Amino acid sequence: MASLRKKINIPVFLFLLAGSVVMIFPFVWMIFSSFKTVADVYTYPPKWLPSSWKFTNYKKVFQMIPFGRYYFNSIFTSVAQTAIQLALSITAAYALVVLNFPGRKFLYTLIRSTMFVPTVVTLIPLYLLVSKAGMIDTYAGIILPQVLSAFTIFLLVSFFSSIPTILFDSAKLDGCGYYRILSEVVIPNSKSSISTAMLFAFLGHWKSYTWPLIVTNKAIYRTLPIGMKYLVQESSSEYQIMMAAAVMAILPVLIVYLFFEKQLVQSITLTGLKA
Amino acid sequence: MRKQQEALRIHRVTLFGKQYESAQVRAAVVLLVPTIIAIVLLFIVPVIQVVSYSFTNYNIATGIKKYNGIANYKHLFTDDRFFKAIRNTFTFAAFKLLIDTTLALSIALMLDARIPLKKYLRSVYFAPVVVPVVASSLIWIWFFDPGIGPFNQVLSALGLPTSQWLYHEKSALGSILMFSIWKGLGYNIVLFLAGLQNIPPSYIEAAQVDGAKGHQILFRIRLPLLRPIISFVLMIGIINTFKVFAEVNVMTPKGGPLYSTALMVNYIYDTAFTSGKMGRACSASIILFIIIFILTLIQTRLDTSKSITME
Repeated sequence: MASLRKKINIPVFLFLLAGSVVMIFPFVWMIFSSFKTVADVYTYPPKWLPSSWKFTNYKKVFQMIPFGRYYFNSIFTSVAQTAIQLALSITAAYALVVLNFPGRKFLYTLIRSTMFVPTVVTLIPLYLLVSKAGMIDTYAGIILPQVLSAFTIFLLVSFFSSIPTILFDSAKLDGCGYYRILSEVVIPNSKSSISTAMLFAFLGHWKSYTWPLIVTNKAIYRTLPIGMKYLVQESSSEYQIMMAAAVMAILPVLIVYLFFEKQLVQSITLTGLKA
Repeated sequence: MRKQQEALRIHRVTLFGKQYESAQVRAAVVLLVPTIIAIVLLFIVPVIQVVSYSFTNYNIATGIKKYNGIANYKHLFTDDRFFKAIRNTFTFAAFKLLIDTTLALSIALMLDARIPLKKYLRSVYFAPVVVPVVASSLIWIWFFDPGIGPFNQVLSALGLPTSQWLYHEKSALGSILMFSIWKGLGYNIVLFLAGLQNIPPSYIEAAQVDGAKGHQILFRIRLPLLRPIISFVLMIGIINTFKVFAEVNVMTPKGGPLYSTALMVNYIYDTAFTSGKMGRACSASIILFIIIFILTLIQTRLDTSKSITME
């Protein structure tokens, strides 16, 4: 059959290589430019490389805006959201997969139906609810309304369904209750799938924009994306500083991505989940 | 042994005419209560409220909240800005879906060919998807700068006409579209690639043995087999383009020159949080939902009718 196999397709390869340069160019530009001086930015013809490699712009980001605080807010809220979201989703998915209880089908449909109403549709009543509860400019206000995710629940439902039921039965015979089946059978057997779901949830919360934008007025509660939005307005075209901020926001994500690319891509193809 | 016997003795309860094991029902209640509370507070209540507020003149600045029937909807249908936002959204969605899907499909087909560095290339095409949209927007704001942006610098170096990009009514939405395609392309590539890799190689080999040419294999085997994924990508694509907000809000905070970049979510955001008109913003949200819902229905209809004619 070897004769039927195609040879390496060089034109296609070169085309894709050129395309990949286009895709990666903005990041390369960002990294180089984060070291540029104002003069480098304004020269014509444009300079690709900075005239010196100094971290001045990075320092300036912290002087211009409370960047450290934004960073902390983003890490804290994303971690909390991910933890709560996973706790809710693991228990819900376990109950839906393993337990037999009245209303199971109805609940399944209800969770599914939340996927058909985009979150922007319920944004305003949710904001008003949070506002009435006095949670504007609080961490709880940023975190709690973001913890329900039908996608995560269904992702875990599909993972849990693949655990052989014989494991549940033998655990029952060993005298395990249903909580212990969850903690001693389901969770240990789905460590990798749970961490995939976790990774997904975290990346989603890390880049979350609309909700933190509307529930924060005070600068000290802004998350990284919101702080960066205001940096655009406050830095008045000091692009080299914007690039330094962008590097700091993007780099952790790219590192995570490089390590976990396989899981990310797999779960996207599994669920069509928007990263 | 006693433990096992105890475990085997199962307590049963009858609920709604069916038998359940009481331990399972109890565990389900405990485990599901948090999720049910979350669904009620974060989904059911807001859905009911968005509908009911849409029939009021709720204004958060004045605190007035009175039933005013369909006045909001009537107003929206005479509001030029709302129409502009709808038109922008449809234009944006149409171009985005068309360009994004064809480009992603072509690239996926090419990545599926016999080429070196396949994994590296896929990672690179996918990278913009995982990056926070605000951060990558900052890079592109500079690209689009009419004075010191690389785009215009390169264009003028080549002697080509430059553009005002984000700062002109005619080019602003197109600029955001460019960004959006760069950003989202990898997602669809990954989906298409997975679909292509699911096609059993034996199908293609069999066709080759029968003397099928490359384009015949493409149009008669690979694309038809990819059809479910294509329609899935389109459906997700429609829904997602109607939800676009962040990049527009970051790149053109006030909706761009002459409101030319404002999409529906931007209109909703402006109405609610700049003007304080919560009632009217809720009506616009309902219209947005109806549009997305109808488009999803049309898409699923088209899909099933095609699969019937196929057979």
